[in-house]
Formats: sequence, C-alpha cells, structure tokens
Amino acid sequence: MKPSALKQQYSSVRRGFGGGLRGGGGGDAISPPHGGRVAAAAMAESPFAFVRSSPASAFFLLIHGVCCLVSLVVGFRFSRLIFFLLFSNPYSHLHSSDGLRLRSSVASSLDSPPMPPLSELSDFSGTVSNGAVKGVGSRVVVGRHGIRIRPWPHPNQEEVMRAHLILRRVQQEQRAQYGVKNPRRIIAVTPTYVRTFQTLHLTGVMHSLMLVPYDVTWIVVEAGGATTDETAALIDRSGLEVIHVPFHADMPVEWAERHRMEGRMRVHGLRIIRERKLDGLVVFLDDSNMHSTELFDEIQSVKWAGALSVGILTHSGCSGSSCTDEQEIRKMDPSMPIQGPACNSSGAFVGLHTFSALPYAGASATYVGDHGIIVPMNLEWSGFVLNARLLWKDAEDRPDSINDLDSVMENEEEVDSPLSLFKDMSFIEPVGNCGKKVSLWWLRTEARTDSQFPPRWTVDSPLEITVPAKRTPWPEVKRHSKSGRTPRSRRNSHKRKREAP
Amino acid sequence: MGHGMWASCFLVIALAILNIGAVAIDQTQQTERISGSAGDVLEDDPIGRLKVFVYELPSKYNKKILQKDSRCLTHMFAAEIFMHRFLLSSPVRTLNPEEADWFYTPVYSTCDLTPNGLPLPFKSPRMIRSAIQLISSRWPYWNRTEGADHFFVVPHDFAACFHYQEEKAIERGILPLLQRATLVQTFGQRNHVCLKEGSIIIPPYAPPQKMQAHLIPPDTPRSIFVYFRGLFYDVGNDPEGGYYARGARASVWENFKDNPLFDISTEHPTTYYEDMQRAVFCLCPLGWAPWSPRLVEGVVFGCIPVIIADDIVLPFADAIPWDEIGVFVAEEDVPRLDTILTSIPQEVVLRKQRLLANPSMKQAMLFPQPGQPGDAFHQILNGLARKLPHDSSTYLRPGERVLDWNAGPVGDLKPW
Repeated sequence: MKPSALKQQYSSVRRGFGGGLRGGGGGDAISPPHGGRVAAAAMAESPFAFVRSSPASAFFLLIHGVCCLVSLVVGFRFSRLIFFLLFSNPYSHLHSSDGLRLRSSVASSLDSPPMPPLSELSDFSGTVSNGAVKGVGSRVVVGRHGIRIRPWPHPNQEEVMRAHLILRRVQQEQRAQYGVKNPRRIIAVTPTYVRTFQTLHLTGVMHSLMLVPYDVTWIVVEAGGATTDETAALIDRSGLEVIHVPFHADMPVEWAERHRMEGRMRVHGLRIIRERKLDGLVVFLDDSNMHSTELFDEIQSVKWAGALSVGILTHSGCSGSSCTDEQEIRKMDPSMPIQGPACNSSGAFVGLHTFSALPYAGASATYVGDHGIIVPMNLEWSGFVLNARLLWKDAEDRPDSINDLDSVMENEEEVDSPLSLFKDMSFIEPVGNCGKKVSLWWLRTEARTDSQFPPRWTVDSPLEITVPAKRTPWPEVKRHSKSGRTPRSRRNSHKRKREAP
Repeated sequence: MGHGMWASCFLVIALAILNIGAVAIDQTQQTERISGSAGDVLEDDPIGRLKVFVYELPSKYNKKILQKDSRCLTHMFAAEIFMHRFLLSSPVRTLNPEEADWFYTPVYSTCDLTPNGLPLPFKSPRMIRSAIQLISSRWPYWNRTEGADHFFVVPHDFAACFHYQEEKAIERGILPLLQRATLVQTFGQRNHVCLKEGSIIIPPYAPPQKMQAHLIPPDTPRSIFVYFRGLFYDVGNDPEGGYYARGARASVWENFKDNPLFDISTEHPTTYYEDMQRAVFCLCPLGWAPWSPRLVEGVVFGCIPVIIADDIVLPFADAIPWDEIGVFVAEEDVPRLDTILTSIPQEVVLRKQRLLANPSMKQAMLFPQPGQPGDAFHQILNGLARKLPHDSSTYLRPGERVLDWNAGPVGDLKPW
C-alpha cells in the first residue's frame, strides 16, 4: 500500500498541478482539512519532483533553498510548514485546536504522504472520460487519516442516564405494541407470618411484584392475631399498594394443619377483595414460592378462571448420606412433579394433573423444621388464577359454573382446596401454552419453629462472643474470638444466638 | 360573492383539519408510510410501466462463470445473478426488442473469486468490453444510442471503476464504454468519480431466508443501546490504522471500547442476527468502501442504522427518506458519537423505529427468490421506469459516435 501510494503521489504531481495536502512536517501530525481547495504550496518531501520547469516548482525550489539556509543558521530543521500555515486557506486548521489528540502513528505518514484531494484527481480523470461529472471540491479525501481520540475517555453520566431513559421508553413502546393489550390489575394474595425465613421468602415475592409492569395490589394476610412491625417494615419498602390485614389465629406447627390454615387465610384475602370490589386478576403468591416475570404476562389471557403449571420442588432439609429416603424416591422417578392443566391432543382442557404424595408417604415431614421431605397438598392454590369479578356479590356477566361464593366463604372452615370454589372444572382455562410452560415453582423451606433471628435483621451490638447453637447442622468451629476484637474475627463470627429453650 | 368566498375558506379550513387528523391517526399506528423525494413510490408496481429486453449472451459470460464458483450465489455481490434470473421470468421482459425501453446485458463481472471469497475485478473491464462488442455487432440497439438505454448491474466495491483499492479505482474512472449507460450499483458517494449521475444505488445482497430463520419474538425487549460486530483495524492490509475506513472504525474502537452502552467487538457470534434485534442502534461505518450489508441487516431487524460515512449515497435514495430513518454521523464527529446518540429525543427514536417497522421498507432491501412485490428487484425497475421517457439526447443521429472504444488502460483493450 505504501509504495504504491508514493508512486501515485509522484505521478499525480507529475501531471503538473501544485495544490495539495501536506502530509506532515517536522513531526507534528495533522489530519486533512475540510472545506475547499487548499491554496498552499509545499508538496512532496523530496525536491527532485520539482525538476519540471514551471513557475510553481521554481518558486518551491526557492522556498526550499531559503529554508535550508535558515536551518543552517539556526541549527535545527526549519520546517516549510510555516509557509504552508501562512498561505493556507483560513478554514484549513489543525485539529489540535479542538482539543483532540491524534495517534502518533500518523507521524509515520512522512513515509507515505496522503493523496492529493479528490477534486484534483477528478480533474485529471476528466480528461479520460469526456464530459464526465467534475468534482465540485469533495470534502472526502482518499488516503491515510488520523484516528481521532478524545482526551477524556469516560462516558458522561447524564448521557448514560439519557440512554437508559431511551431504552426504557423503547421497551415501553414494545410492550404497548407487542405485549398484552389492556392489561388488568394484578391482585396478589399472600399469607405470611413472622419467622426466621419470612424475610427471605417475602423479599423474593416483593421483588417479583415490583418488576411486574402492570398495576399491582398486594394483599398480605398475616397470622398471629395482629399485624406486626416486622412484616410492615418489610413490605413498606416495596412501594406497592399493599393491604396488610391480620388473621386471628396462630400458624400451627404441623404441616398438614398449616396447609389448611393458609387456605383459610387466602379465603380471608378473597373476602377483602369481595368487600372492596377490587377489579383485576387474583393470583395466589405464597411467600415461599418462586415466580418468574413471564407468569404475569401469561395470566393476562385468563377470562374467568385459569390453571397454570407449578413445578413442585420437593426437598428435605437434610444433606449428605443420611438422606437415603429422598435419594431412593428420586431414583424411582427423577422427573420433577408438576401440578397443572392437562390437555388432549387437540388442545382442549381435559383435567388437572396433580401432585401425588404416595411415594413420599413414609418420608414426609410432619412438623415444621423436621428432617423429612416437605410435600405440598393435593392441590396447590398457587396454580390457579381468578378474575376478581367472580368473587363479587352481584356481578352481571358471571358464568354459572361458579359456586355460590357467599355460602362457600361464610363457611370458611371447609375450604381446603381451590376447586371447592367451582361447581365443575369445565370452564377452567389452561394458561401457558396449555401448561407446557412452567413459570412458578413451589418450594417450602423453613427453619425450626424455635429458631431465632435478630429483629429486622439488624445486629445492634457488636458481635464479640460466639456461642455454639444447639442442634444446627453445621459442625462446631472453634474460634479464638474470646481474646481479641480484631475486625477479621468480628466479620467471621457466627450469628449471635440465644440459647434454645 | 362574499358567501362564495366564505364557503371556500371554510372548505379549505375543514380540509386542513381533516388532513391533520389523518396524519395524527397514522402516527398512533404501528408503522408509518414511507415517502422519499420522488413521492410515495416505494409500493409502485413497475409492471406495465416499462419493457426490458434481455440480450442472449453466450454462457461464457454468465452461466459458465457461475459454474466455476458457486459461492457467487451467496456473497454480497450476488445481486447481479439474481437480477438476471428475475428478469428472465418477469412480466416486464419482452422478447421483441423494438418495443423495449431498456436493454439488459447479463454479464457476471463480480464472480471471479479469490480462495477467500473476495472478487477480483481485473478481468471485468475486458469481460464487459467483449460483451458490448458482441451486442453491438449482433444487434443494432447499442449503436443506436451507444448504450444510453442500456443498463448494467455492477455491484462491485467501486462499481464500474473495477478496482478494490480506492486510489486505483479513482484513477481508472468509470469504464469508458459505460459512459452513457445506466449503472445499477451498490457504491454511492457524492462527488466521487465512480458514481455516475443517474445511477441506481441498490443494497448489497443479504440472504433473505437466513435472516428470516433468525427472527425472534418482537416483544423481546431491546436492551442493547449500540451494537456492532466487525473489524476495527484491517490487520492484513493496514495494520496501523488510518487507511481502513478513513480511521473512523479505529476511532470508534479507541473511544468506546470501554463504554458500557456500546456493545462492540470483533467477534463472530452465532447470535449476530438475534443480537441485532435486541439493539436500538446498529453502527454501519464505512470499510474499504462506504457501503455495508449492515444497513440491510439493520433495516430488516428493526435496529436504527447509524451511518458513519461522509457523503454516502444510500440505496434507492429517491424512494426512501434515509434522513428520517437512520442517523448520520460525520466521520469527524465519531469521538462524540455517544453524545450524539443519547441526545436524540425519545419521540424521534420511536418514529424511526416505526418507519423501520414498515414491511415495505424491509421488503425493499431484500432480494427474495422468487421475486415478491415491493422487493429490491421491483425498486430497481421502478427506478428505471422513473427515468422514462428517454430524452432526446439518448438517440444518436445516424453515424454519430460519442464513445471512444480505445480509451482506457491498455490492459483493458485485450480481448477476453
């Protein structure tokens, strides 16, 4: 490339025009100027190109001689660039005035000066193609250019923020065009109570709801008789519209009882919807479940009642070689059980696929915190979605297949399965490509009922002394923290536990 | 008289209000109509507006060349081959040359490929010259106009200058025999030797089926702000940078390689098309030539093209208002690219996306086989139809000669 460019250079100079572009003189680099023809002189480095007898070349020879003499006198190389600057078009300027610096590699362009501007060459080629378009002084020049780099490489914070706002607006528009039309409000019903794992579980549900792009009303039903500050502090951080109500009983310790109690708490939540005539889609978000954001998009297609697929993740609290029961069950059937709608080959809803607890009969946990496999009930509430109008006292266009909810809800003791709300299952709509898409998972992990945790998960006093907690699965670690209060030991200290009763 | 004046005023005002209403309704819809400087011509039907006669050349000019290397059907210069096939079976084709408005010479001049797949243009001038000698001796229509009603498809880097290096291409200039013909080419740069006035600029060929196969659901949120995959430095030909892309690509890399908003790299991911559909802006900088297939890909995938090529002429510029669809950044403004892109108002971004979503826009950039209404083949024919009727300078007086058959480098005059 370079030798050929040199040759081009000389051949075009030989054609006898004097205008052109200076590649670089004296080591400083400039990029080709913009705007029109350059009136200045000073072309190739080597003078033998000016052997032609023309006034311009004679003039340049004179300048060259003067510069040589001056250099001899001064003692360093006096650049002809000065003349270039003096005589050049005022619009051709050094880009260094903009505060940009150019790569030093351009200085090596002394070896291969760039081409004369295009306009000159188009004149020359005009002789070949008679009547061709004459270039009107193109700004774009062929040849080596500088690589422009700005001095401050980091992005401006305001611009980054603007970019994110653009992205957000674009995504909002995408949702408006390709997403759900006329999205309905999501009414989430969550039973909860204060215990060690409450923060863990409820934070997950809270964040899932905060990401939902539709309007959300969150009904939190809290067991234990009164709403606690713990729960209130947690859910207030969400910024969502929350209805926090107490439930008049305590959460029992036995799993079967607990499932029934949670059912009653949910019905209590439904009663609130009925009383306040909230409109939207009712979803049962248990606080220990895991939901994906696609869930909320999928259920928007439900008209009256829908069933969705729930992945059941059964597991026990144990780990290691002592969990033979779980491993045996897994060996028999390693697939994950799913509760959800079942369709026949033509896509019509035919029934519900439920979880079978039989394989787990001997190994399931009975008490919270037990060593055993925690299994769900036969039918989990979280797999169903209802239109809130079904619950109203006197909605006009309700289908007849709904049970008279008044009587069902008065008698809340007997509501242990969501199906008791329906007369028959025929009008349940399958959601999520007929249940093929699993967008929520059921998983129950709880600590022992007597496990303690610092209130609001804030440790007030500094952690100095490590007290071994009884009956934790972790092995005891001997620590020398009783002696000094080094920051390292403080960080590594276990959570301070009060002694178990 | 007064009543008449009032009635006409009222009518004018009512019409104005209705028109404004019509425009407003359009804007709430998903797409927007595209009309360029020639008017709303993107969906014109060329059938019935022109007649094209296709010369029957010996197969050494087309089929045999293709047989030697079938890569010519998939590279970005494949438009010349597909245009030939389209015209052979199109209703605009006429077998009677007396009624033809335009004459097409099927020469595959961009099919002599290196082992790497890049076309060598060294024999192309001789090939075209030989073809023109053939048609001028066998049919009288070339001599009648000296090619002014003939068109040629020359999709190479610098079109009819037939060289891949810009300096040499400029030096050669357009092939002298094609001085009066209409050139259908991908290269377009204002005030450049290799762009003849009246040329039709077409997009480079991009395989339509391959792009269709990589479509993702349109509700996938666009989360990449700026996307680019390709070379920044052409290490083989220009290791220091500065020649390749006039330093613009190197400048993009040096300034924005650490910027989290810019997803740019030289990788060749398999999810290239999918990633483009997740991006808002796609850079289309110049390379060794100003045009780039990224423009086609950006339009098809709904990513706003950011064109960094000074004085470029984009495909079908009279039918498509590129100013409203893409973002043009001068090469000297590349260091401020992030400022430029983030300061675009959100409504303007949404409008550009609406224009890109117009299916006729995407169709106009593609070369599907068989041809479909509104595709690039039809746009070329529309462009040819807009140049009709031929003006008086087209037809020469008997015996008048304009072209110089011996002009050009000596090497071009050798027979092929």
